[in-house]
Amino acid sequence: MKFMLLQAYGGVPEDTPPMTQWTPEEIDAHITYQKDLNAELSERGEFVDARGLSAPELAKFVVWDESGSPVVTDGPFPESKELLAGYRIIDVESVERAVEIAAQGSAAPGPGGRPIKQVIEVREVMGAPIQH
Amino acid sequence: MTRSPNNRIEGLLRESARRALAAVARRFGDFADAEDAVQEAMIDATRQWSAQGLPESPTGWLIHVASRRMTDRIRSEAARRDREEAVAGEALPAAPDAPPEGREADDTLLLMFMCCHPALTPASAIALTLRAVAGLTTAEIAAAFLVPEQTMAQRISRAKKMIKESGEPLGMPATEERVERLRSVLRVVYLIFNEGYAVSAGSELGRADLAAEAIRLGRIVHLAAPAEPEATGLLALMLLTEARRPARADEHGELIGLEEQDRSLWDRELSGEGRALLAEALGRGEVGEYQLQAAIAAEHAKALLPEETDWREILALYGLLEQVTGNPMVALNRAIAAAMVDGPAAGMALLEGLDKQLAGHHRLHSTRAHLLEEKGDLRGAIAEYERAAQLTRNLPERNYLTKRAARLNRGGQSS
Repeated sequence: MKFMLLQAYGGVPEDTPPMTQWTPEEIDAHITYQKDLNAELSERGEFVDARGLSAPELAKFVVWDESGSPVVTDGPFPESKELLAGYRIIDVESVERAVEIAAQGSAAPGPGGRPIKQVIEVREVMGAPIQH
Repeated sequence: MTRSPNNRIEGLLRESARRALAAVARRFGDFADAEDAVQEAMIDATRQWSAQGLPESPTGWLIHVASRRMTDRIRSEAARRDREEAVAGEALPAAPDAPPEGREADDTLLLMFMCCHPALTPASAIALTLRAVAGLTTAEIAAAFLVPEQTMAQRISRAKKMIKESGEPLGMPATEERVERLRSVLRVVYLIFNEGYAVSAGSELGRADLAAEAIRLGRIVHLAAPAEPEATGLLALMLLTEARRPARADEHGELIGLEEQDRSLWDRELSGEGRALLAEALGRGEVGEYQLQAAIAAEHAKALLPEETDWREILALYGLLEQVTGNPMVALNRAIAAAMVDGPAAGMALLEGLDKQLAGHHRLHSTRAHLLEEKGDLRGAIAEYERAAQLTRNLPERNYLTKRAARLNRGGQSS
């Protein structure tokens, strides 16, 4: 079963400072943790893909318009906390395993090395039906 | 059509690799290492055979090269031990010859039993079977399951490690265990088939044809165990199902239900072969789930028009299948068959009592939706179609269910 684990910018406790206010060591520790998690998933034969998305400042909202030239709204946006920050795609045996991995991702170290408690949205990727 | 030299080498390699692996594993008593050695030998073979032409016996060549690698590995491990413990090296097994004809069936079964070891998860057993028995490369298997090659390589190597750690000797298990293991093998082949058959309706181009690989594996198992009616039954089931493939999706990959399929597109040759195999299996008098499923598929195959379908016979077969498997999903299909024979109320009655067992399963809702629609309870049918669409994990199926609900919402009958 494939799952997409999504994380938005705002999915951290209110009092979490932005990353630019962390110490460089704290940032390194966070990045290393994420890389190690990906390596562990790969080693277990569960890794499919993991990507970070560029900042909301670079986001564009596009709507088709009758005139032929689409309406494009450039960032930043007031509601940027709802925007996607990144995702992992995993291929695992069960939804329980997907939840376990999501929890591991949520425990990535933040300021002071404490788990950042990022909210992770777990969504199953639609796949093959089973014959009956 | 002439095959290019490389295609020909590839085909030969796939066939020979399985035989070579069985021979080398048996001789050295180590499946996991033998699998590595044969994989490496295959890489050598691709290079050498295309440069220098095919050897007289491709299997013998692979056995020879793989055995040499095994010997080297054992020597270097022995040397390491010698240095560490100063013990004398042990005698090395000689390279085995290509196996005699009669032995091959047993060898194939042995390989499949290893690949479908009970310690493995289904995903691992599937990957290992495709590599060691079907002869696919790791890259091909990775592409088929849409994961990176590295991930698939790890999955396979972890599977082999688990087999090694289980400490099971490489040998034919006792009769009782053998029955159990054969069941796992058939299950793995069927899972591969389902994966392939399901995506064939989608638009995921570039995926290896897993349904075709499963049928190939089914033929290999059937040849290796010709007296096993369930192995024959599974092959029959896959052929009968595959025969409907040309009719089961439209040009956009959207599913077409059995009732609406253009039956002139069904592959009569495949279904004919499936029906002959089924007759052979049933003749042995040991009925099982694959034979029963094949028998149901054969009933559908016989009907040139939907209204010629013998639902009474299908209802009886589902009854037997439910007894054999105890699977509540079979009960759903039985309810549909009952509705075809005795009307929707009879089907609805059979659905009662399944709510608990199948809570949250979309198929319970889609079945109920169909029966409600037939009864003329359109409002009820719409609600059930919508619920089913929310719960399914399959995109073409969700599209199908959504359209069904939408048509009823607009007051029209579903076609």
